[in-house]
Amino acid sequence: MTTQLRSTAYPLNRRDVAARLVQSDPGLLVIAGLGSTAWDITAAGDRDLNFPLWGAMGGAITMGLGLALAQPDRRVLVITGDGETLMGMGSFATVALQAPGNLSICTFDNEHYGETGMQVTHTSSATDLAGVAAACGIAVTGTVHTEAELETALPVILAAPGPVYHVIKVKAEKLDFVLPPKDGVHLKDRFRKALLG
Amino acid sequence: MQLDWWKDIYTALKAADVRQVGYVPDAGHSALIEACLADDDMRTVVLTTEEEGISLLAGAWLGGQRGALLMQSSGVGNCINMMSLAATCQFPVPIFVTMRGLWREFNPWQKVMGQATNAHLTMAGFSTLTATMPEHVGALAGETLDTAYDGGQMSALLLHQCLVPVKTFGK
Repeated sequence: MTTQLRSTAYPLNRRDVAARLVQSDPGLLVIAGLGSTAWDITAAGDRDLNFPLWGAMGGAITMGLGLALAQPDRRVLVITGDGETLMGMGSFATVALQAPGNLSICTFDNEHYGETGMQVTHTSSATDLAGVAAACGIAVTGTVHTEAELETALPVILAAPGPVYHVIKVKAEKLDFVLPPKDGVHLKDRFRKALLG
Repeated sequence: MQLDWWKDIYTALKAADVRQVGYVPDAGHSALIEACLADDDMRTVVLTTEEEGISLLAGAWLGGQRGALLMQSSGVGNCINMMSLAATCQFPVPIFVTMRGLWREFNPWQKVMGQATNAHLTMAGFSTLTATMPEHVGALAGETLDTAYDGGQMSALLLHQCLVPVKTFGK
């Protein structure tokens, strides 16, 4: 049970971290995994260059890869949760082999499945996702626990040559739903129009 | 047996301006994969599981590029939930599937997924075509890509096992 309690005391608030990432650059291309991270980026202000997923669990990282390969001159940021990352861990190997320099991936890790009753995930005590990514060949990896570590990591996530992967340990807490549009065709079309004209 | 039908798929991919090709290898696709890897205008992405390819192509399309996927029939089963991304958002996803379990199959473990591939694709929202004659592959490949990129749909070309040499595992 101690693992269940540990992440409720983590200092970083996921909504604050999301806002600092997404609001850093109006041209940032953002993919968010389903559930809490989709609400997090929407709480930071819904924008046309956000693609929040409502399903497709395990697909956020490779969706970011396809986008990054198609738009090599634009920064692409994938923000997703620990559960979503765990479902697609092979994606780290796929990304590492392609090595897109413009792709950053962040896992907001609260060590719980937040949408289904806060059951603990593998990262609560067993699995080090940054270690997994590094072993798969991701060039730049890190794990952030504190505000000071976040200050150091933000410029790396937003601008360092990639692929970059960071685990950001965030407080396990139940926050209000801030829902993005859920019409997938609309989300796709508005993103393409904003990016491609 | 005419074994160079893969060249007609490659020609169709080029004609459709496909820039990202995702694949999990299959013997039936090996020559096509080599050709795509050698093409400087194509980004050829080897996947750890086929479902990565569905989201890869969705991301490519968000970024303005066309893609296609190459996989074996067993790989279709690995994609089912991820296909809901393409169906819900109407992402164009063309897939070229080399079939197992249909014809002179040595390995009975391939039968279940091979026999059910077309039904799974159809239930997931794909339109499907099946090629059994080498000389038809090019036209059917073009049709598969047109369905995806002119129609914004998910489409699959099933390449029947009669198009590839029988795998006997040395027996």
